[in-house]
Amino acid sequence: MPDTVKLEVFRYRPEGEGEPLYETFEVPYRDEWMVLDALNQIKDHQDGTLSYRWACRMGVCGSCGMTVNGEPVLTCATYLEPFLPGPIRVEPLHGFPVIRDLVGDLEDFVGKLQRVKPWIIREEERSPSEGEYLQTPEEMDAYKRYSMCINCMLCYAACPIYELEPGFIGPAAIALAQRYNLDSRDEGARERHEVLAEHEGVWSCTFVGECSIVCPKDVDPAGAIQRYKVDATLDFFRSLVTPGRSP
Amino acid sequence: METVHHDVLVIGGGGAGLRAAIAVAEADPRLTVGVASKVYPMRSHTVSAEGGAAAVIRPDDSLDEHAYDTISGGDWLCDQDAVEVFVQEAPEEMLRLEHWGCPWGRNPDGRIATRPFGGMKLERTWYAADKTGFHLLHTLYQTSLRFPSISFHDEWFVVDLLVDKGRCHGAVAIELASGKIVALIARSVVLCTGGGGRIYPFTTNANIKTGDGMAFAYRAGVPLKDMEFIQYHPTGLPFTGILITEATRGEGGWLVNKDGYRYLQDYDLGTPEPKPVKRSMELGPRDRLSQAFVGEEEKGRTVTTQWGEVVHLDIRHLGEKLIDERLPFVRELCRKYQKIDPVRELIPVRPVVHYMMGGVHTDIDGATPVAGLFAAGEVACVSINGANRLGSNSLTELLVFGARAGRRAVREAGDAPDRPPDAALTQALDMERQIHGNLLRPAEKGERVATIREEMQTSLEAHAGIYREEEGLTTARDKLQELRDRMAGVTLDDTSLTFNTELLHYLEVRNLLDVAEAVVHSALNREESRGSHQRRDFPERNDDRFLAHSLVRRSVEGEPEVELLPVTITRWEPAERVYGK
Ligand SMILES: Cc1cc2nc3c(=O)[nH]c(=O)nc-3n(C[C@H](O)[C@H](O)[C@H](O)COP(=O)(O)OP(=O)(O)OC[C@H]3O[C@@H](n4cnc5c(N)ncnc54)[C@H](O)[C@@H]3O)c2cc1C
Ligand code: SF4
Repeated sequence: MPDTVKLEVFRYRPEGEGEPLYETFEVPYRDEWMVLDALNQIKDHQDGTLSYRWACRMGVCGSCGMTVNGEPVLTCATYLEPFLPGPIRVEPLHGFPVIRDLVGDLEDFVGKLQRVKPWIIREEERSPSEGEYLQTPEEMDAYKRYSMCINCMLCYAACPIYELEPGFIGPAAIALAQRYNLDSRDEGARERHEVLAEHEGVWSCTFVGECSIVCPKDVDPAGAIQRYKVDATLDFFRSLVTPGRSP
Repeated sequence: METVHHDVLVIGGGGAGLRAAIAVAEADPRLTVGVASKVYPMRSHTVSAEGGAAAVIRPDDSLDEHAYDTISGGDWLCDQDAVEVFVQEAPEEMLRLEHWGCPWGRNPDGRIATRPFGGMKLERTWYAADKTGFHLLHTLYQTSLRFPSISFHDEWFVVDLLVDKGRCHGAVAIELASGKIVALIARSVVLCTGGGGRIYPFTTNANIKTGDGMAFAYRAGVPLKDMEFIQYHPTGLPFTGILITEATRGEGGWLVNKDGYRYLQDYDLGTPEPKPVKRSMELGPRDRLSQAFVGEEEKGRTVTTQWGEVVHLDIRHLGEKLIDERLPFVRELCRKYQKIDPVRELIPVRPVVHYMMGGVHTDIDGATPVAGLFAAGEVACVSINGANRLGSNSLTELLVFGARAGRRAVREAGDAPDRPPDAALTQALDMERQIHGNLLRPAEKGERVATIREEMQTSLEAHAGIYREEEGLTTARDKLQELRDRMAGVTLDDTSLTFNTELLHYLEVRNLLDVAEAVVHSALNREESRGSHQRRDFPERNDDRFLAHSLVRRSVEGEPEVELLPVTITRWEPAERVYGK
């Protein structure tokens, strides 16, 4: 095993130097280190100006997505080892405007998240004192997978449509809409249909499937989109858009 | 300087902050709520909670049993009136979350399922597989998006509170993307900034858990309560400190030493049975289990690895099916971060800093001694956790007391003045000047902020860990003073306004030092052993002197002062903590 490894890190600061560039850093190599550990070594001991996001360091907060040697990954869950002997190229996630260095601008996604109404919609809400809404384990299985999304944005970075058509609602937001549509407690599919059935909703997707390949949580957004398209062309959703009928 | 006005300002977008914001929106939709968070709300560390959240739901359980487990688990340092409110409101809060969509685990008949947890006599821990915090946080965040009165300041770092003449008027924040400094003015403020495990080097806490809110309150003259009580979780992965949830033991996992021996039987925690027995052995409380590890280490019965001493957590006998169904995240974490498969291999674990029982002193409505300032969640100390929190009480606490603090903040908003006093705005301008004028000005190279952080962490681990004594604590106290002095000589490489994370780290380390100071001074003052605070020089619990909370505040001269506040006892007289019987 080598003692050190080189990282070529994308640098960009809007004030000052103008054009983005790649800067090479040499960090100690350790078997148990992830790419994020190497970035932290740089930040703490070499160059305090390097900017990137991270928080939980256990693959669940969704902050530390970056492009490593061309692939969108969570850097806290990506070992240095497979990239030896290096150098390892670290860039921000593609498809997002860069704020600085490895930090992308996610505001667009947050807006889209809200547009798909990711909350339980019911005609009548019961009070908690009346007890739980019953839901069998099988009913939960119907949406469970789509509820596992950590909003890490890897799927947007991998999506060729999102790059060309920034209005596209995108994989994770559609998967989230499906998470609620398929929840036995929810009656909001009709309202979400308005957003999903727009041109920029599910129909933009040409089923490339990259999103599901890069997803670290096995959410399968491509499957969610495909399923919605099929359902939407069947009577199922027609019954939903007729007011007064719930599935 | 730019100012932004809200009726209620919530600082923090974790479980407590989101629950508080929704409570305000529900109580009075005319009030505007601003949620300021240094990370996008769904990145908050609530996301990492694994095991579950406790509330009485089974017919064979009772509120009194939950209260008793909590109080005895807390070694009689909990305020019993707070615990009673907590257990009573817990089921309703948890059901509300169910109505909002949280995918709680279910029984085949569609009802809520529960699992056993450490220190709990009955099964009352609700779970969403072993990603409970993740589902809880995302459910709250997504639900909060439905309220038009709530607006978010995502990636805004709060620097300090604006407090004048005993009333809080808001806070000063940096918008990270632009570096702009903004005065957030509000009629009432709810602090929900979470814990500060990062005063230690080896912790389950995210790097964002820097005790900011505790430091704000402390600097504003609000006492911090019971800060000496730091929870070590007995099962963290070595090297990363990633948590292996207690649910592994709730489901039947065993802790064994290097001889494959279930050593907890040697520490007054009961006798080993093949199946999990509640309040016994592996389902004893966390403080006792972490202390038992030290015992094994001293007897030379731990396993030596490249990451230090460990014991083993064995879940192989649970079988692949159960592990994948109930503990999928544990398997994922072990595979990814430890390169082992717990279905076939032993999991190396050691105690790891996990949770702060102490925090900002509040009453049962989250009110602090400063008017208009409330606190809830891990940042606060109500106190229901006493000297040792029971696993799965914290997530429930976020809901119960987040909601209470939110509702109380609504009432307070009516009493606040329409305009903040000039003094508050002057404070805001001073902070802006300090940051833009001093910290971001290019300077001759001094020390790195990371150096200060590392030395602080090493000192706390060495002297304020699972076992403490006067000499070590004094060393730590002096070290902290030295580091505080050295902060003046720290310079930043980064003078940019755009997303300056080095500036953030500087401000966070300043907060960490304040929190660490509060911990060490409180620990020095408590000359007894109780729950997670174990003094080698005072090994017994001493109810005569210390059946009381520590309140530490900073004097006018800047010195920390510790005083005691008696514990509220309602129905459960202090007794010996008994496990394994
Ligand atoms: C790995 C792990 C597992 C756990 N498992 C369980 C469990 O199974 N059951 C259980 O009951 N408990 C568990 N806990 C404990 C529990 O998760 C936490 O105590 C709880 O989630 C804290 O929630 P909070 O809302 O108070 O704070 P957090 O979720 O930490 O949120 C803090 C918020 O404050 C914001 N903030 C902080 N500082 C600033 C600042 N300066 N400016 C602006 N915003 C700021 C952050 O951005 C964040 O939004 C676990 C803890 C850990 C670490
Ligand atoms: S669907 Fe997968 S890749 Fe996309 S944001 Fe969610 S977790 Fe990340």
